[in-house]
Amino acid sequence: MTVDVRKSAPQGTKRRGRGEVLHGMVDILPLTLGTLPFALLLGSVGVGAGLSPAEVALMSAVVFAGSSQFVAVGLWGTGAGGVVIVASVMLVNLRHLLLGAALAPYVHAYPMRRLAPALFLLTDEVWALAMRRGRGQALTLAYWFGLGSTMYLGWLAGTVAGCQIGARLGDTRAWGLDFAITAVFVCLLAGFWHGRRAALPWLASAGVAVAVYRLGAGGTWHILAGGLVGAAVGALQAGGAAPANGDSPR
Amino acid sequence: MNAPETLAVIICAGLVTYATRLGGVWLVRRVRLGPRATAALEAVPGATLAAIIAPGVIAGPAEAAAAALTFALARRVPAVAAIAAGLITVVVLRRWLG
Repeated sequence: MTVDVRKSAPQGTKRRGRGEVLHGMVDILPLTLGTLPFALLLGSVGVGAGLSPAEVALMSAVVFAGSSQFVAVGLWGTGAGGVVIVASVMLVNLRHLLLGAALAPYVHAYPMRRLAPALFLLTDEVWALAMRRGRGQALTLAYWFGLGSTMYLGWLAGTVAGCQIGARLGDTRAWGLDFAITAVFVCLLAGFWHGRRAALPWLASAGVAVAVYRLGAGGTWHILAGGLVGAAVGALQAGGAAPANGDSPR
Repeated sequence: MNAPETLAVIICAGLVTYATRLGGVWLVRRVRLGPRATAALEAVPGATLAAIIAPGVIAGPAEAAAAALTFALARRVPAVAAIAAGLITVVVLRRWLG
């Protein structure tokens, strides 16, 4: 089923393009600087987990999603298998679906073939600023590119620099850096807090994860088990409050 | 994990991540997500993070205390400060508790 897409991009896009890119770059600069400590930390724990600086940099270049990269690096340190790492990265990044869904009305004017390359740059920060822009005026792909490219280059540069720091630190446990990934996740988790209702899927997930972890003799399937149980609990919570026609598509 | 395997995992992680980036806009142009599916999706990132950290948090008293402190601080101060406090706590408590 196709949806009617207006063919015309917002007016004057081409002429204002360069200015729009610049606006995007300037708007996201503070947020890019804010992610720098995390990029540095990611680089240093990545090297600590046994990845080469080139591999850590490549991951930042092709994945470009902070929390999921911390997940991947953490799993690498425990010697997890590739399937578990890729699946865990996907689970953590599933929130992109929600970001994209919320963004969709603001980019309605663009056909999917033009959006597809641009959406590679979708991150929490880029999304937040794009949504703010979209509420006030037309959201152009030029502005989006200004936001995304700045964030991308900052993240990549920070990770590369972090690898150099990590290579000089030596024993990461003495610095408490083996705990750094947990600390980063605790902060990310706190960011998802929106009242006590949010905590129920987390508790269910944590309980199942610990049980599976203990039974599975240190495997990493506890992450998938926890994530899926958490999703089920979330769905049940909504089921209680939602109208009967709740989950029929369209 | 050897180098070619590592490379393959990184590329695959990139591909699935790109799929999640495309998926939201693509999906909305085709299906409308019901409240139940939306709620399930909303719960996934937090639940996944909780599952990842749970074994590490209960690994010992130093880790549990540091995690609790980090969580409490994370909602009040910048994340960088909360993480730094967590790291200092874990190093001090590990030394102190043996």
